[in-house]
Amino acid sequence: MWPEKLRAAFVVARRDFVAVIFSKTFIFFLLGPLFPLVVGALAGTIGAQVQRDLDNPVVGVAMPAHQGDRLVMARNAMADRMAGRVPDFVVLDRLRDGETFDARAELAKGSGVAAVVTGTLDAPVLTGPQERLGAWEGMVSTFAARARTASPTAFPEVRGEVVGTTVASQRNGRVATAQGGQVLLFLLTMLLAGMVLSNLVEEKGNKIIEVLAAAIPMDALFLGKLFAMLAVSLVGIAVWGGAYGALVLAGMRSMPDLAAPAVGWPAFLLLGFLYFAMAYLLLGSLFLSIGGMATTVREVQTLSMPVTMMQLMVFFFASFALARPGTWIEWAAILFPVSSPFAMIARAAQHDALLPHLVALGWQGLWVLLIVRMGAQLFRRTVLKSGAGGRPARRGLLALIRKPA
Amino acid sequence: MKIQLGEWAVSGNRVDAAEVELAIEARSLVKRFDDFTAVDGIDISVPKGAIYGILGPNGAGKTTTLRMLLGIIDPDSGTRRVLGSDRPTDVARRIGYLPEERGLYPAMKATDAIAFLAALRGVPLAQGRRKGRELLEAHGLGYAADRQIRQLSKGMAQQVQLLGTLVHEPDLVIFDEPFSGLDALNQGKLERTIRELAARGTTVIFSTHVIAHAERLCDQVAIIAGGKVPFAGPVDAARDRLRPQVRLETRAADGPWRAALPADARHEGAFWYFTLPESGIEPLLRALIEGEAGILSLSIERAGLHDAFVAIAGEAAARALADSASEAAQGASAKGGRR
Repeated sequence: MWPEKLRAAFVVARRDFVAVIFSKTFIFFLLGPLFPLVVGALAGTIGAQVQRDLDNPVVGVAMPAHQGDRLVMARNAMADRMAGRVPDFVVLDRLRDGETFDARAELAKGSGVAAVVTGTLDAPVLTGPQERLGAWEGMVSTFAARARTASPTAFPEVRGEVVGTTVASQRNGRVATAQGGQVLLFLLTMLLAGMVLSNLVEEKGNKIIEVLAAAIPMDALFLGKLFAMLAVSLVGIAVWGGAYGALVLAGMRSMPDLAAPAVGWPAFLLLGFLYFAMAYLLLGSLFLSIGGMATTVREVQTLSMPVTMMQLMVFFFASFALARPGTWIEWAAILFPVSSPFAMIARAAQHDALLPHLVALGWQGLWVLLIVRMGAQLFRRTVLKSGAGGRPARRGLLALIRKPA
Repeated sequence: MKIQLGEWAVSGNRVDAAEVELAIEARSLVKRFDDFTAVDGIDISVPKGAIYGILGPNGAGKTTTLRMLLGIIDPDSGTRRVLGSDRPTDVARRIGYLPEERGLYPAMKATDAIAFLAALRGVPLAQGRRKGRELLEAHGLGYAADRQIRQLSKGMAQQVQLLGTLVHEPDLVIFDEPFSGLDALNQGKLERTIRELAARGTTVIFSTHVIAHAERLCDQVAIIAGGKVPFAGPVDAARDRLRPQVRLETRAADGPWRAALPADARHEGAFWYFTLPESGIEPLLRALIEGEAGILSLSIERAGLHDAFVAIAGEAAARALADSASEAAQGASAKGGRR
């Protein structure tokens, strides 16, 4: 039975996907979120200098004689031509022969520098947290080469010295990553899942709903609609992500400075994708079921606000649970189906175990099927009641809230 | 699934017992919506290859019955067996359905709309497109194959949907009020299509509140009123519920032959009208001839389905049926006027 249902769901999904993607309004859907991005990027360009002055990270330089000054001059000469945000370079000390500089102590005392360059222009040493080393080693090598000669042909190898972060700071960093993951997941689902609300109104308006109901199981129709809108969402995310990436490459935007998640970036991104799909399917199936009861666009519009509030509550609940690891609140957020993806993406940032994610994805998938099933049953019971000529049936939402006359 | 035709004895008709394979068998179907019983224990047996009409006024339970047979909704009690399956949705690929409220996706091209309906019933999309194009060509709509549904007239869109209903060559086709909203020309076309389907062995079941359609097309009917089916069986069996009417014209105005006329005989104009006696026409003829009536004309008219409907379902149901037909006709002409 399930292969047949999936086949039928695919037929519906393909129709919906093509109908949305090739509609004129889809271009506005794609452009909508890009407006703030582009405006933000333009505003960011104008205020780039201000931003640099305000919060650009600083790299301290402690090198023999005037090598440090030459490195800073090279940085200043090249900064405008470098992609992305270039940290400020500040000379901390001009070392005399035989003199050394304790970069770790400098970083430990919290003077405000994010990393320290020591050694010489021929053999620079970059000391700092792992994520800084990864981002800046190439840049330091470039500046050092330029400091040595105006037309460099060789680039010195930069030796990295990792400064171990404290457990507390690592935890704080991962909490920030977890929050970032939750916010992104929430924004995307809020932006996209609401579309599902009005998905069955078209079929009801076109009177094609009865043909569909007679030809395929109702849960296949629901699943098809969900998959179609998920695919539409992924197209949107790909376009928006691509646009953001292009802005980063163009130097108009920078990647957020987030601590590496506990499961590592590749796994975190994969889980982020899967949890987005699950959050979308869970909220989408709920919205589809609720929206299926609506008979008019006006009813759908009326539903939009409470549905958005519900999404906000789910997000707040998951955020609240994030700050209470190991408590029953966190477990409740993990187990409650619609908050589960949000709670689990936060967990992926903070804990490295992968097995719980498999269990959680299975749990969430099960709930998607359950909600679809219940929504389809409710739809059959309340919407497809009577013929056009028969006793006027109470269709739609009113059927759920009015008592029989 | 085989039954004895004698089961139709519920209608009180004598039918030769013979084994018939059934496309649909529904027993004691009940469906309630809140406090309203839409269908109240109906029995329907539709032989394979038959044209079967469900005849009743608006609100009688026709659409609800069809929806239960299709598996769109489930009965509260009773059983249904469609094309050998207790779950109609399991045999959905072998069924074609045209609901009363027709509609397609307006942005779809005609060919794609047919292919989509075919795909829902398991036909691969490319094959559906090809067959859709062929069907449109065959029905003189080839020029509209690449037009969007919203660009077609209502009649053309309805034809496209009809083709989409039949594209997968179903074994059973269910039409809900198929003639409503159609002009006379398209009603004729649809009647031909239904006959062609039956000739190919397809079982056709349709609901209607227009007796003439049922009378012209159906092998069998179910008369439905108030959610109940007081009669289900061959159209002839329904008519046979009433004795045939005799119309007699005589040269002699009076004479001994008058004594041979049945008690219900009434004289209107030049004719006598009365119910054919139980003893048949031969004894009556003999008495008329011997009584020197001078027979100018004599005709025996079988009761029409309308009379049978009145006799079976009652005057109130017959009035409701007439009202439904009249409303539908007015609706169709109003829609036609708007277009």
